[in-house]
Amino acid sequence: MRAFLEVGIVLYTLVSVLGSFVKTVEHGFPHQPSALGYSPSLKLLAIGTRSGAIKLYGSPGVEFMGLHDENAAVTQVHFMPHQVELVTLLDDNSLHMWTLRGHNGLSELLEIGRFTLTGPPGVTRVTAVLAHSSGELLLLGTEGGHVFVVEVPGFRELEERNISLDQVSSSIPDDYIGRRNLEHVEALQENPVDPDQVIIGYGRGLMVIWDLEKKLAIQHIPATQQLESVCWTEDGKYILSSHSDGSYCRWMVGGQDMNEEEKSDIPYGHFPCKAISKIVQLPTEEGPPFLLFSGGMPRASYGDRHCITVIHGKTHVALDFTSRIIDFFVIRDGPQRTDPSALVVLVEEELVVIDLQTEGWPIIQTPYLVPLHSSAITCSHHVSTIPLKLWERILAAGKHQNAHYSKKPWPITGGQNLAPDPPQRDLLLTGHEDGTVRFWDASGVCLYPMYKLSTAGVFHTDADPNDNMNQGTEGEWPPFRKVGCFDPYSDDPRLGIQKIHLCKYSGYLTVAGTAGQILMLELNDEAAEQTVEAKVVDLLQGQEGFRWKGHTQLDIQEDPVMFPAGFQPFAVVQCQPPAVVTALTLHSEWKLIAFGTSHGFGLYDYQQKNSVLIKCTLNPSDQLAMEGPLSRVKSIKKSLRQSFRRIRRSRVSLRKQHLQEANARLEAELAEMELAPVQRKIEARSSDDSFTGLVRTLYFADTFLSDSSHNTPSLWAGTNGGCVFAYMLRLPSVEHRADEPVTAQLSKEIQLMHRAPVVGIVVLDGHGAPLPEPLEVAHDLARAPDMQGSHHLLVVSEEQFKVFTLPKVSAKMKLKLTAVDGSRVRRVGMAWFGSSRTEDYGESGLLVLTNQGDVHVVSLPHVKMQVQYPCIRREDVSGIASCVFTKHGQGFYLISPSEFERFSLSTRCVVEPRCLVEAPLHSGCSNQHQSQPDGASSTHRYINLEVSLFSSSKFTHFTSSALSLFNEYFNRISILHVLHITIIDML
Amino acid sequence: MNKNHRVPSSRSLNAVEVKSKFGAEFRRFSLDRSKPGRFDEFYGLLQHVHRIPNVELLVGYADVHGDLLPINNDDNYHKAISTANPLLRLFLQRKEEADHGTFGTDSLTRKKNTVLSAVLLRPDHNKKKPPVIISLPKDFRPVSSIIDVDILPETHRRVRLYKHGQEKPLGFYIRDGSSVRVTPQGLEKVPGIFISRLVPGGLAESTGLLAVNDEVLEVNGIEVGGKSLDQVTDMMIANSHNLIITVKPANQRNNIVRSGVGGGGGAASGSSGRSSDSSASYYGYSSHSAAASIPPHIIQNFPVGELESDEDEEDLVIEAGGEAEPIRHMASNHSMSSLPRYEPHLNLRTATTSTFSINTNGTLPTSGSSSSLSNIKATTPSPDRAMERGSLEEDGPGRR
Repeated sequence: MRAFLEVGIVLYTLVSVLGSFVKTVEHGFPHQPSALGYSPSLKLLAIGTRSGAIKLYGSPGVEFMGLHDENAAVTQVHFMPHQVELVTLLDDNSLHMWTLRGHNGLSELLEIGRFTLTGPPGVTRVTAVLAHSSGELLLLGTEGGHVFVVEVPGFRELEERNISLDQVSSSIPDDYIGRRNLEHVEALQENPVDPDQVIIGYGRGLMVIWDLEKKLAIQHIPATQQLESVCWTEDGKYILSSHSDGSYCRWMVGGQDMNEEEKSDIPYGHFPCKAISKIVQLPTEEGPPFLLFSGGMPRASYGDRHCITVIHGKTHVALDFTSRIIDFFVIRDGPQRTDPSALVVLVEEELVVIDLQTEGWPIIQTPYLVPLHSSAITCSHHVSTIPLKLWERILAAGKHQNAHYSKKPWPITGGQNLAPDPPQRDLLLTGHEDGTVRFWDASGVCLYPMYKLSTAGVFHTDADPNDNMNQGTEGEWPPFRKVGCFDPYSDDPRLGIQKIHLCKYSGYLTVAGTAGQILMLELNDEAAEQTVEAKVVDLLQGQEGFRWKGHTQLDIQEDPVMFPAGFQPFAVVQCQPPAVVTALTLHSEWKLIAFGTSHGFGLYDYQQKNSVLIKCTLNPSDQLAMEGPLSRVKSIKKSLRQSFRRIRRSRVSLRKQHLQEANARLEAELAEMELAPVQRKIEARSSDDSFTGLVRTLYFADTFLSDSSHNTPSLWAGTNGGCVFAYMLRLPSVEHRADEPVTAQLSKEIQLMHRAPVVGIVVLDGHGAPLPEPLEVAHDLARAPDMQGSHHLLVVSEEQFKVFTLPKVSAKMKLKLTAVDGSRVRRVGMAWFGSSRTEDYGESGLLVLTNQGDVHVVSLPHVKMQVQYPCIRREDVSGIASCVFTKHGQGFYLISPSEFERFSLSTRCVVEPRCLVEAPLHSGCSNQHQSQPDGASSTHRYINLEVSLFSSSKFTHFTSSALSLFNEYFNRISILHVLHITIIDML
Repeated sequence: MNKNHRVPSSRSLNAVEVKSKFGAEFRRFSLDRSKPGRFDEFYGLLQHVHRIPNVELLVGYADVHGDLLPINNDDNYHKAISTANPLLRLFLQRKEEADHGTFGTDSLTRKKNTVLSAVLLRPDHNKKKPPVIISLPKDFRPVSSIIDVDILPETHRRVRLYKHGQEKPLGFYIRDGSSVRVTPQGLEKVPGIFISRLVPGGLAESTGLLAVNDEVLEVNGIEVGGKSLDQVTDMMIANSHNLIITVKPANQRNNIVRSGVGGGGGAASGSSGRSSDSSASYYGYSSHSAAASIPPHIIQNFPVGELESDEDEEDLVIEAGGEAEPIRHMASNHSMSSLPRYEPHLNLRTATTSTFSINTNGTLPTSGSSSSLSNIKATTPSPDRAMERGSLEEDGPGRR
């Protein structure tokens, strides 16, 4: 008994300290990729970024990430052939050796060495890298024209094997023009059939075939144009070179003295063309070879296109990407592994994989690296433990949309995913600027797109249906085909999604947007044509002296609209004035939605399709809210965007690059304008401040609002001015639900004296647990709330957590945040923390993200601060604003416009990559280089955090293991904090 | 108390004879001059002897100069007792009937010019001027005070600004800057927060205790070192109802002098210490650090643990159909819960962290909860602990 009690105490303690904070995985597409590498033997893809990250991807779920200590861009990534090592070259001219090392049955990505060529930077800056197929040599071509030979993995310079410029130039035929200056080494390639031969391509155009053993030049290829890339054909008989004038040449390798080019072509010729930056020719088992090259477009007319041309026999397609091409490679399949099966293209904003074996070369849907930002993310919403039925229906709806994708399986299949199957099905919904809502499978390591909902069809928009760059007219030259889904241009910013709420039990979804539109949608497995009923709600309620200067409301399509299978709108509410919807909640059991803007809030009965309640929260003296300055700021952006779009329409040649730069500059300017003052006014908040009426949060609860013996449905609303309104709702009985009206009656109004914005309202039941979601109890998925004990109201403002009694609202407990440490609540979420040892034990807690970027856990119902972890940099305002918590102690936030970082505070719910990559069988040499290089090793982020706080029942064990863990990840203050709490709780 | 009742005036020096007039009725009793007790006890006694337990009263007394002055807190009550010679004449009025202009100089004896008033006010001006009106106690409110002088280094000043929902804005701006600290390694430049601007007519300016370029060291007892300008701004705004800032004044010439010399301390109370401009008191006398020399009514000791005060933070709850009632917290040291509340002069004690609502009919929570709360208060070393203790009281009486 005593032992049991002790364990119980320890458990409680551990649950209260929660144990761990781990950033587990990054979802989405890396920001600013700068290099691409591929290992055909490992079947792994590597992407380097401008911020110095290196990411490896294999089969879905196999992911590794490493970060260079230097904050420099990765310019090249090369896998060592047939090994588990790879080499990266950074902007700062340093080379880094990484390996995938097995540890406890899992692989981890480790940096095992670094190297920088010594010498004057003008000479030794590395411009070309060749990982030799022996796996022991690295050839480094430099700016000075020398080629250095380095032994790996130890990075030992083999000076006697270096190929100096003098050695090469002494053998150049005298008639070669410009032999004095060969310029830098542009390309290094190994002969596929003779590893002793490499070709060195110099910037000026000269190429030299060099024999590594004999240390002499075998052949000179005197190209005269600036060299861009070199490709040695599979059989070793030809060399292809591409040049800056848009031409490519084919050269015969062999004994002839003429060194004449066999074939030269400017594929998009006549007029001046841009450079062909990379060219590849690949044979097929039978039939003509594939020729692929990037660039080479006519400079004047299509100089702004980002194209890769694929020529196979008579088929000739110029794949037109929406952002700059970083690099590409071809995956080869077939019995001899020669047939090109898929083209993998890394462009600045996405990864596109094209199936080269299926007619029409369709795109293969990527299971990861999906661009989250194909239109900018405006909001996100997470729903945990989706019932299987709804999951399958959403998947089915998504399948209809993905008909144009290739049926081929994902071709990058390296590594084994050893992570256990996710325990539950989780959905992440992202709202976008173009009015779409994307549904992502967020259960596991891969954030997989399931379904995309577009709300634009409900409205008339100024989108021009002919404004489509996709349309390739017959016989157009070059034969463009648009690929990729990145399209950051929103046709109408009013369509932007601001709030999402999905009921996972009923399949009802409500989304709200920038122009005060609220859509009610239900899941329909069939396509259907229907008219959408619109209801205009005047939130001003006769408030005088008001003139809305923002955007106009959206016009609803009056004619029936054909909606594809999936979520189909059946009711639309339009707020008047059409300000941004700032709060939204759905109660599927009562069939009600509540919505709020900066002017007030409303309650809408979506069964009877009428509005139940409208409340204006506007302060009559609040001119700013009345005029809608936010939308005025937006309208500057909007008009700019529109003018840019006009330019784009008229002048096809305007480069998107420039457009983005201009946009970025404008945004930077706007940000600067806002940040300009260096002094801050100290003034108490008053009721006259601007936007006090803005509705920040809405909440439905079945609780004791009027007296302590009868619980009633209620609606709660919190405003920016620290005001909470509580309405008692009267719902007709189920049989009369369709005809008797729902009524709402104001019951209470609480004005918090500190007047900070109310960001969260929760009712806690008799056990101190938050009330369950609607229909949760009906579906037997949650314990019924305790209606015996007294309920409490938790009001979370930006500055304080305050618990009030119910039904009589008297303050009971509070926790001050801002007054104590100056941070403010930005995001708040309720989470259930399960113990990883006992299935049935857990606690509810409040997850809080502050404007300082710290995550706090606040225990309930006693509102005590439990732990605090630094999570996001405080300067990363958009990251903090984008954070969303799950119901099981995890969270997501945007680390770039295209990437979500996933973090976990729970020990039971950790989604992280666990994968194994084994060295290719036919290379026995991979294990002999396992020796640790001196001091150069550094551990990176995917060390598996096996040390779970729950894994030990002994308190001492916990502290020691936790301390070692924390020492690495968190600052000491938080440790002391944790231990302090622990000890107090123990006592 | 009963034995005081109708006891004829004692001849002993320790007794103060009290003659209390309410309406047409007089009551006489006596008080111990050395142990006058607290004002609220006295107030209860008055209600008791006049047998008007539920009548709210304004208490006035005639001072030595014949002026009618109010008694509404411990300080002026003690003053009245100590100056009574030997008779203390009291005038009681019903609060709702009270003539607000009654208090003031010359209010009792308009024609009589006392020697003191003749000295203080120039006679020729005095004749033309209306008598100085001493307004009602509710109009008196501290707007600022210097606190903790005995525990702070002399170069620092801890200023408390009372916002109290008055109209006057706090009215100051802060900025980033750099300051020099003395460390074991020598002088070190560190980032600091400074007052950058005072709004004319604002509370901060009107106190005269803060000035541009004063370095802000603490906000309500929490050091600002390592915090960003925005964090400090948010902290100040969150504490704006009762803001205590510790500054290092840019002008170190006006520091409070810790010495019993002259009336320097007294002058420092009003505005920024005119008297200490003299070079003699430039750096003060650190040897004279006896707290006793500090005039008690000017400088209060302010325990650090109580810096985070929750006074007057009353959330307003409006019940549907009813009128607004503030969620009041109990004034923690009342012995009789039916007493009207008053604002003790410069009361710096913190109230409890809990608040109570008043029902629409205006009844107060029972005294049981108030006593439990005063327990909490009595043992409140820090706000955190208070919170914990408060949470233990969750099923205390008086709720629901």
